[in-house]
Amino acid sequence: MSVNVVLVVVVGVLVGCGVTLVLERSLTRILVGFVLIGNGVNVLFLIASGAAGSPPLIGASDDPMSDPLPQAMALTAIVITLGVTAFGLALAYRSWQLFGHDDVQDDLEDDLVRRRAELDDTSATFDEADTDVPDEEGSDPA
Amino acid sequence: MNQLVLVPVILPLLGAGLCLVLGRSARAQRVVSVAVLAIVVATAVVLLVHADRHGPQAVHVGGWPADIGISLVADRLASLMLLVSTVVTLCVLLYSFGQGIVEFGRDTPLSVFHPTYLVLSAGVSNAFLSGDLFNLFVGFEVLLASSYVLITLGGTDARVRAGTIYIVVSLVSSIIFLLSIACVYAATGTVDLASLADRIQDLPPDVARVLQLLLLVTFSIKAAVFPLSAWLPDSYPTAPAPVTAVFAGLLTKVGIYAIVRTQTLLFPDSDLRTLLLWAATLTMVIGILGAVAQSDVKRVLSFTLVSHIGFMLLGVALASPLGLAGAIFYIVHHITVQTVLFLVAGLIEYRSGSTNLDRLGGLARAAPVLSVMFFVPAMNLAGIPPFSGFLGKLALAQAGIAAGDWLAILAVAASIATSLLTLYAIAKVWNRAFWQPAEDADDDESSAAGSMHGRGVGLQAVAEKQRLPLGMALPTLALVLVSVGLTVAAGPLFSYTERAADELVQRTPYVTAVLGDDR
Repeated sequence: MSVNVVLVVVVGVLVGCGVTLVLERSLTRILVGFVLIGNGVNVLFLIASGAAGSPPLIGASDDPMSDPLPQAMALTAIVITLGVTAFGLALAYRSWQLFGHDDVQDDLEDDLVRRRAELDDTSATFDEADTDVPDEEGSDPA
Repeated sequence: MNQLVLVPVILPLLGAGLCLVLGRSARAQRVVSVAVLAIVVATAVVLLVHADRHGPQAVHVGGWPADIGISLVADRLASLMLLVSTVVTLCVLLYSFGQGIVEFGRDTPLSVFHPTYLVLSAGVSNAFLSGDLFNLFVGFEVLLASSYVLITLGGTDARVRAGTIYIVVSLVSSIIFLLSIACVYAATGTVDLASLADRIQDLPPDVARVLQLLLLVTFSIKAAVFPLSAWLPDSYPTAPAPVTAVFAGLLTKVGIYAIVRTQTLLFPDSDLRTLLLWAATLTMVIGILGAVAQSDVKRVLSFTLVSHIGFMLLGVALASPLGLAGAIFYIVHHITVQTVLFLVAGLIEYRSGSTNLDRLGGLARAAPVLSVMFFVPAMNLAGIPPFSGFLGKLALAQAGIAAGDWLAILAVAASIATSLLTLYAIAKVWNRAFWQPAEDADDDESSAAGSMHGRGVGLQAVAEKQRLPLGMALPTLALVLVSVGLTVAAGPLFSYTERAADELVQRTPYVTAVLGDDR
C-alpha cells in the first residue's frame, strides 16, 4: 500500500517531542510527553488504515471504503489516554501538595546503598556483629 | 457452555459498579466482592475442566467474526491461569478485611478499595482470556489503571513517591504496546491472535522480527524482565500489604502469560532464542544478587520476584514442550508462593511494626504460627525438595539439558546458582527476623531514618503486642495450604501443564476454536 509521507513525518515529530518530554523529571512534563506520543501513535493507526480519501463505511458498496477498525482502536486509545492523564495530573497535584514539587524521585533504598558504597561500608545485613552501622548511616543528614 | 467465558470479565465489572453504589456500607461491599469472586472461582473451575476435556472454548463477543470483532478464548493455559489468579485474588481480599481496620486508617477512602479491586480482577481475567491483541491491551489498561489507584491508596508521601515511578514506567510500556499494535495492524490487517498465527508466517522475516521485538519489549517491562525490571523493587514495597501481595502474585505473571501466548502462537520458530536465554539468565542472577543485598523483608521478596521471573522466561526461551510445561507449572507455583510471602510480610509488619531486618528478631519464639507460615513457602520458593518449587525447577533444568547447547546449559547452571542464592537470602531473613533475639527495643529514632512507610509504622507499633487477627491469619494459612497442595497434587498438575504445553506447541486447537474448521 502507498503511505502518506506527511503523516509519517507528523508521527515522527510527535513521538520525538514526546520522548524528549518523558525524559524530564517533572511529572507534568512527562504527562505532556505521554499525550504527545499517544497522539503520534493514534496518527500511526490512521496510517495503518490505508490511504486517505475513501468514503466512510455506509451501506453496501463495491467501492473501496475506509477501514473502520483502526479508527475504533484510535478512539479507544484516546479514551484510555484521557483517563490515565487525568489520574496522572491528580497525582502530580498531590505530589505538589506533599513535597512542593512533582519530580519523579530516586529510590530511597538505592540512595542508601549508594551512600554506603561511597563510604566503603558494608551492608547492614552483612556484618552480624556490628548492627550499629545502619543507624549511623540512616541518621546521617547528608 | 461457551458463554461462561464471559463471566470472569463481566461479573467483576458489574460487581464494581454495585460496590460503588453501596459505597456507604462496608459490610454490603464485602458481601458483594466475596460473592462475585467466589462465583468467578467456580466459573474458572468449570472452564478448566471443560477446556481440558473438550479443547479451547471461544466466544465472539457481539457475534462479530473473529478477525474483526473481539474474541475471548479459554484454552488449557488461560483457564489454569484464570483459576489460580482468582483463588489468589479471593484469599487476598479476605486478608484485606482482617487488615482493613489497621492499615487503611480513618482518612483513607476505604469505599474505593472494593470497586477498584474488582476492576483489577476483571482486567486480569480479560488479559488471560483475550483472543486478540487490542483486547489484551484494553485488559492491561484496565488492570493498570486500577493498580495505579491501589498503589497510591491514601496518597501518603511514600506511596505517592513510589507510585509515581510505577505509573511512569507503566505509561511508557502501554504506549509501546499501542505502537506495536498499530505496526501489527499495518503489517497484517488484523489484531486477532488466531488469524495472526497464520498471517505473520507470510510476512518477510525482518518485519516479523520487528513486531516480535516490539511485543517482547512491551511484555518484558510488565513482567519485569532484566534490564527492564528496575522499577519493580522500588514501587511494590510501599503499597499496603494485600495490594503488594496481589500485584506480586498476578501483575508480573500477566506479562509472562502474554509473552508465552505471543511467542508460542505468533512466533513459533523464533530466532530470538539466544536473546531470550540471555535475558532469562541475567534476570535470574542479577535479581537474586539484588535480593541478597537488601535489609528489608519486602524488598528481599521484591527482588526474588524479579529473579524468579527468569525461570519462567527460561521455559519460554527453550520453547520445547517440556520447557513450556515447566514454565507453566512454575508460574502456578510462583503466583501462590510469592503472594503468600508478601501476605506473611504484612503479618510481620502488623506484629512488629516494621519489616526492616535490623529491627526484627525473636519472632520464632514470639509468634510460632507466623514462623511456620513464613518458613514453608520460603523453603518452597528456594526450591527445597519435595516442594513444588523444586519440581518446577527440576522440569526446567531437564528441559534445558535436553536442549543440549552451551547457552541452555549455562542458563540451567545460572538457575541452580539462583536457587542457592535464594536459599541464602531467605535463610538470612529467617535467621535475623525469626531466630535471632531482638536487639534494640526502642527504635523510635531509627524508624524516622530507615523507614519507608512514614506514619504508618508509628500507628502499627502500638498494636505490636496484640495477637495475630484471625481475619488476616486464616486467609494466609489457606494460601499456604494451597501452595503445599500444589506439591501434593504435583503429578496431576504437571500432566495438565504438559497437555497445556502440547496445545501451545500444536497451535491448531487454539486457531480452530477461534476461526472454526472452515478457514
